[in-house]
Amino acid sequence: MTEKIGVYVCHCGTNIGRTVDCKSVAEYARGLPNVVVARDYQYTCSDPGQEMIKNDIRELGLTRVVVASCSPLMHEPTFRRTVASAGLNPFLFQMANIREQCSWITEDRGLGTERAKEIVAGAVTRVNFNEPLEVKKVPVNPDVLIVGGGITGIESALQIADSGKKVWLVEKEPSIGGFMSRFDKTFPTLDCAACILTPKMVSVGQHQNIELLTYSDVIGFEGYVGNFTAKIRRRARYVDEEKCTGCGQCEQKCPLSVPSEFECGLGKRKAIYRPFPQAVPGTPVIDKEHCLYFTKGVCKVCQKFCPRGAIDFEQKEKIMEIPVGTAIIATGFDVFDAERVKEYGYGRLPNVITSLEFERLTHASGPTAGKILLKNGKQPESIAIIHCVGSRDVNYNEYCSRVCCMYSLKTAHLVHEKTEGKVYEFYIDMRAFGKGYEEFYKRLLEEDVTFIRGRVAEVTDVAQNPSEKGKLIVVAEDTLLGIVRRIPVDLVILSVGLQPRKDAVDVAHIFSISRSKDGFFLEKHPKLAPVSTAADGIFIAGSCQGPKDIPDSVAQGGAAAANVLSLIDRKEVELEPTIAIIDENACSGCKICPELCPYHAISFDEGKSIAVLTAALCKGCGVCVAACPSGAIEQQNFTNRQLLAEVEAVSS
Amino acid sequence: MNLQTTMNFSYYPGCSLEGMNKAYDKSARAVCDALGINLAELNDWNCCGASAYISIRELRAHLLSARNLAIAEKEKKDLVVVCPSCLTTLTKTNHYMAENPKLRQTISKALKETELQYWGSVKVRHLLEVIVNEVGQNEIKARIKNSLKDLKVAPYYGCQLTRPFGEIDDKEFPTILDTLLTWVGAKPVNFPVKTKCCGGMLMMTNEDVALGLVRNLLECARENGAECIATICPLCHMNLEAYQDNVNKHFGTDYKIPILYFTQIIGLAFGFSRKTLGIEEELTPSKALFEKHLEVIR
Repeated sequence: MTEKIGVYVCHCGTNIGRTVDCKSVAEYARGLPNVVVARDYQYTCSDPGQEMIKNDIRELGLTRVVVASCSPLMHEPTFRRTVASAGLNPFLFQMANIREQCSWITEDRGLGTERAKEIVAGAVTRVNFNEPLEVKKVPVNPDVLIVGGGITGIESALQIADSGKKVWLVEKEPSIGGFMSRFDKTFPTLDCAACILTPKMVSVGQHQNIELLTYSDVIGFEGYVGNFTAKIRRRARYVDEEKCTGCGQCEQKCPLSVPSEFECGLGKRKAIYRPFPQAVPGTPVIDKEHCLYFTKGVCKVCQKFCPRGAIDFEQKEKIMEIPVGTAIIATGFDVFDAERVKEYGYGRLPNVITSLEFERLTHASGPTAGKILLKNGKQPESIAIIHCVGSRDVNYNEYCSRVCCMYSLKTAHLVHEKTEGKVYEFYIDMRAFGKGYEEFYKRLLEEDVTFIRGRVAEVTDVAQNPSEKGKLIVVAEDTLLGIVRRIPVDLVILSVGLQPRKDAVDVAHIFSISRSKDGFFLEKHPKLAPVSTAADGIFIAGSCQGPKDIPDSVAQGGAAAANVLSLIDRKEVELEPTIAIIDENACSGCKICPELCPYHAISFDEGKSIAVLTAALCKGCGVCVAACPSGAIEQQNFTNRQLLAEVEAVSS
Repeated sequence: MNLQTTMNFSYYPGCSLEGMNKAYDKSARAVCDALGINLAELNDWNCCGASAYISIRELRAHLLSARNLAIAEKEKKDLVVVCPSCLTTLTKTNHYMAENPKLRQTISKALKETELQYWGSVKVRHLLEVIVNEVGQNEIKARIKNSLKDLKVAPYYGCQLTRPFGEIDDKEFPTILDTLLTWVGAKPVNFPVKTKCCGGMLMMTNEDVALGLVRNLLECARENGAECIATICPLCHMNLEAYQDNVNKHFGTDYKIPILYFTQIIGLAFGFSRKTLGIEEELTPSKALFEKHLEVIR
């Protein structure tokens, strides 16, 4: 049977029309074999444009359609729907990209037109060999996995759970709460972090639809959208969560104190501990590395004093397999390691601290009960705050960490309020971009804080004159005055930036998602799909995608929840049929493809000695097709016949 | 004691090692002999292109540098330098030629005139790093003949050993010299100005500023109880040593701090004579120091 092909050349306004003569491209297409109609049109994706195609299919009996317009990313689904609604199988449609790959990359209308003709010829020749494919539908498991119990994960969990869906919330630490639980006040409103966070944490702990798995890690994640299985390791707490009431007797009686991670090592905790009093769950954990029973085989004091008999030294870690339909990754960030910037002396000069340490110092329930004190126990009379530590720096992280300007202003406010000391802020640019942020900056300008615009060159204890003796001297070029300034202070606070978590690479591997150049997880589209990933059914939210403040993190947590709920409410999802097909007879059993498949879609049948594809897992990336030395794998809608026809037409 | 293997390197002394800083050359060769580091001086080497030249005639400076690299490439060995200025210029040329095809072409064309060519394979290394990384702690400790009795040394790196490339150690706060000094029995003192400017060429053009910079270094060494300052750069060495008197006159101070090349300190620990190490040639006398650490110098 001879195909009847319709070709539609889109002007895309002037996007294509400016450098491509669309009329002559259509005319050229009319002369290609099997083409029965070719038209050019201003906006083919518009309603009248789509109507035109549908009419031609009905009236001229088209069997194949080619649209020459933009990249398939946005409008391939549009036109597939168009042809389908006129009764044609959507895979008998072929898109030719004459915008990104043609009109946008030339200023020469002659060249642009010639190139467009070649691309159209390729698509027309190829579409002859397109085959009708069927889209499979699979049901969506309504249960949701959320990884990370910071403010982002908490927000997502509550939104989803409130709608009646079941949430598995997995958190690495013994308690949820994340970084926000360590902050004192939040900018720009200066409301107390605990006051707004704790109620949400409690809701998570009590919610009937939330299964909270703290002190746990996701170690595996397999399946496909709507039907995943998460493998979760629950580390041994050595305290029975069912029996424990969180009375705290064990913590009081434990004889061993070690530096507290939650307090950045500024305070102590016991070997059996909750990171902080408001922890959710309230069940403590035993730190096996330090516990006297585990290290020396003695003590067991906690067991003796526990009124509920909840201490269980024999507890073992548990591996759980949980079926879920969707996942939200909200694993957050790490703070930049200030010790790397040697010239600021962190770790070498005792009164140089990080902003996170400052949060604990100024926190009412922190190690100094909210007093800002130097290492010698005295109150500082002068304080320097250094912005952009580790950020906007080609030596460390090139990007702006986004939150530091604002939290530095908050730091300045708090430190001034508490010590009445002289405060200096060293900044590169002041970025006060959010709602109420500029107003907060203005308030600080009036609060007797000295702002010095300049990147700090060094913090040193080498005095050059008697007034500098015994002080930390902050050296910076004041770029507004054009001079180098040396400011002697008692305390230096380094506003450390945000960076991807140490284990981001492992998490990305487990969930088969990508990371951007800076190491954060990569969203599907930076503007239009900020919480989606290239992996269907897996979403990202909060600072694991890039530095974010609390309002933005909460907004993303909500956005990811909405995406998940929309998927669940659809009840079933369509699976792209453009997947790989393995020809059993041609497969030589070389085992190259199972190793290469990024989605673990290919396994190896040892009995038959052939590679086997799980269709539902295949994303149609084509890696196996290219790698197969026997040519045993073909990808649907990207068959050799189609591709060779296209290449031949383009190059002739 | 013999090393199991001899390490072979090409050696680029640079201009100052032939004149003002002969003692650096002497002590470096002596120490390398003892450590089984075979330094073969580069045949027909020329100026590295450092000092102010690279700022004014950049291309020509790279060309000078590339000629040395081209000669070294024939030897198929790593090129060892002792002057951090040479290190920086030669390394810079290596980097720039690799990254900039146009520069590479221009230089290749010029080199061809003298029947030379450079493919970019020479690794330029500083002697300090070679001693620490290639020889290592055990071999060094095995050669110690004199206890330095915790000689308190201010380890002074200067500006160019680690900057701009930071390939050897942390750019701003290196510790590699501290480590080596500890291995040979000396006691590096806290010296937070270890990478601060010595004044460099400013000593010729703006002496007041340069003297102030030298004073900062001397003052920091004294405050931290250093008995001498160890240097790795010929120019730092000269500014600290030859201008100490001027600093004293200018600021009314009384610094008398001996300045020693790091190779001289290792040489002392290895039991070489002061003469071999060129220690009699210094301008700020180190006699008092050696009287205190007497068994060192015998």
